[in-house]
Amino acid sequence: MMSVYGWLMFMPAATFLIAFTYYPTVATLAKSFYSQGTALRAAEFVGLENFEYMLDDDVFWQVAWNNVIYAAGTIPISIALAIAMALWVNGRLPLKSIARMAYFTPTILPMIAVANIWLFFYTPDIGLIDQFTRLFGIPSHNWLGDPNTVLGCIIVITIWKEAGFFMIFYLAALQSVSPELEEAAKLEGASRWYFFRRVLFQILMPTTLFVLINAVINSFKLVDQLFILTKGGPDNASSLLLYYIYEVAFSFLDQAYASTLTVVLLAVLALIAIGQFVFLDKRVHYQ
Amino acid sequence: MLRFLRNSARKLALAAAFSMSLTSIAAAVELTMYYPVAVGGALTKIVDGLVADFEKENPDIKVNAIYAGNYNDARIKALAALKSGEPAQLSVMFSIDIYELIEQGAIVAFDDLVKTADEKAWLNSFYPALMENGRTQGKTWGIPFQRSTIVMYYNKDAFRAAGLDPENPPATWDELVAAGKKLTKKNGDAVEQWGAMIPSTGYPYWMFGALAMQNGQTLMNGDGNETYFNAPATVEALEFWKSLGSDHGIMPSGTIEWGTLRQNFLEGKTAIMWHSTGNLTTVKNNASFDFGVAMLPAQKRRGTPTGGGNFYIFKDSTDEEKAAALKLIKFLTQPERTGEWSMKTGYLGTRPDAYATSTLQNYVKEFPPAAVARDQLEFATAELSTYQTGRVRKILDDAIQAALTGSKSPAEALGDAQKQADRLLKRYR
Repeated sequence: MMSVYGWLMFMPAATFLIAFTYYPTVATLAKSFYSQGTALRAAEFVGLENFEYMLDDDVFWQVAWNNVIYAAGTIPISIALAIAMALWVNGRLPLKSIARMAYFTPTILPMIAVANIWLFFYTPDIGLIDQFTRLFGIPSHNWLGDPNTVLGCIIVITIWKEAGFFMIFYLAALQSVSPELEEAAKLEGASRWYFFRRVLFQILMPTTLFVLINAVINSFKLVDQLFILTKGGPDNASSLLLYYIYEVAFSFLDQAYASTLTVVLLAVLALIAIGQFVFLDKRVHYQ
Repeated sequence: MLRFLRNSARKLALAAAFSMSLTSIAAAVELTMYYPVAVGGALTKIVDGLVADFEKENPDIKVNAIYAGNYNDARIKALAALKSGEPAQLSVMFSIDIYELIEQGAIVAFDDLVKTADEKAWLNSFYPALMENGRTQGKTWGIPFQRSTIVMYYNKDAFRAAGLDPENPPATWDELVAAGKKLTKKNGDAVEQWGAMIPSTGYPYWMFGALAMQNGQTLMNGDGNETYFNAPATVEALEFWKSLGSDHGIMPSGTIEWGTLRQNFLEGKTAIMWHSTGNLTTVKNNASFDFGVAMLPAQKRRGTPTGGGNFYIFKDSTDEEKAAALKLIKFLTQPERTGEWSMKTGYLGTRPDAYATSTLQNYVKEFPPAAVARDQLEFATAELSTYQTGRVRKILDDAIQAALTGSKSPAEALGDAQKQADRLLKRYR
């Protein structure tokens, strides 16, 4: 009787998980081995043909490489900024709550709205950035129209958006650090940098692991701004893997190939998550 | 327990009443129509008003008009609804979705639906240029509804300041370059006002269709299974576009953002912009200077692609529903309604007799730029549309952007694009 009760409790969550997570995952995997069917041509089993096509697809390699740069650009900087901001607003500061709120604001703004604002920051000639640089006599630059700068522009927005969110986790962790530690370190004559490196940073390790996993997932997941800012252009210079999947699925209506790309994305994310838990976990000291 | 019984009895009664009301509606024909809005705002209200008028005239037909986002969303929603067996009898969708919809077996040709002589005449009452994107395989699959073209907006005050005749906008490529050079104002290295801007994000293939046509070249054939991306005239057109920035210095180099271009024009950062007629009302309401609207300039000839949405009727509906859908489409494309629609939205009147109605005649008299798009229709051609249209379009977009940003030469970029397009379209020949 008790076990029936247990299963009943489990049912609602399980239903949702199966319907919206496990079934789609399995269906996607299955679809990646079939061709795209139309009314005239039914879908048929093609084995690894979609994956071969992917290896041949220059755009896929370009967006994959873009995604690596995007991750490498956003993750370390946003985490470093988050720690710095958390330390800053954790201290004794006049108007502390206002400073905290200011740092957190980017997180609560919807990305699409934010991207529209940044679009006008980056616009050549009439944009905020160009108006500012003009004061110093620097000629205007077509930030989003130049393949060399466009990905950097996207990275900056993502850092701006994410850092405040990560700061909240660090702030919460810092609040639970006992002040006696700092006093003891001071008595021993440790410098502030030494105290941060050998004590605080170690205590923050579990938070860092959590934030790191979130940041990695976000670097694959956060593509909303592309819809407004660049649509992946110019010539795919700012396109990311998830945006490309969207394009393939809904603009090219090729669900078979979109499934193939999704399977690869899932595999990469799974590998990274396993890697982080297995290898990093050993170096994290929980209190 | 008693309360439980009473509750369930009440629910049963409700359910019975509900199903009865459903059957009574089902006695009449019920139509579901998806439609997109690409230019935002009050358009949904206008559509609701038109549909309400139709229902008043035809009490036996009920229409559910469902706003479905932009063109992309509308196509996805309509196709998804069809796949899941939900009823939808007609939709407004992107005119260039035609091959996709045929390939999916989703739509029927209007030739198979029209019966009376009156209906057949109606099928031929639209501007031929607007029908190009709706016709293939010798049949008509789409009826023009919300359609646009590209026009040239120019700042008359800037023209006067540069010593140009504001009533005589550039009519050829050479005149465009010459005027652009006079209009480009520099302060040291910084450009204060550009001569011209042609947007190259969002819909680069659309703008490029205009340039290619002006050079006497279409981008694809009428069967949608062949592209002419590497034709010499196409390459010349892209070289010209690139040269505006790189050689003549009258346009910023790199790509130009579709979304902020209108603001650039309104703030006087560019004296000329090429944009959709759909912007006419907004520019009219927001320009602080005297502006003009002109046809796009010519090289070998004038030219612009058309754009926008067509009506389609879905195959999976009963004959009765198809007849009702046809009735609705005929109602919405009557000259009077088309004229009213055009005036309220800035979209084209889709047929010559719409411009003969008093509504549009008065509007054009009061605001002459509204007629430019109509007069340009004579030179218009179909928008890029092929089988695998999403992919083919993207291939061309990428090639254009690669050339404009200098990562490939125009000939190289278009040659690669043609090769990729050939690979996709081979199996449709």
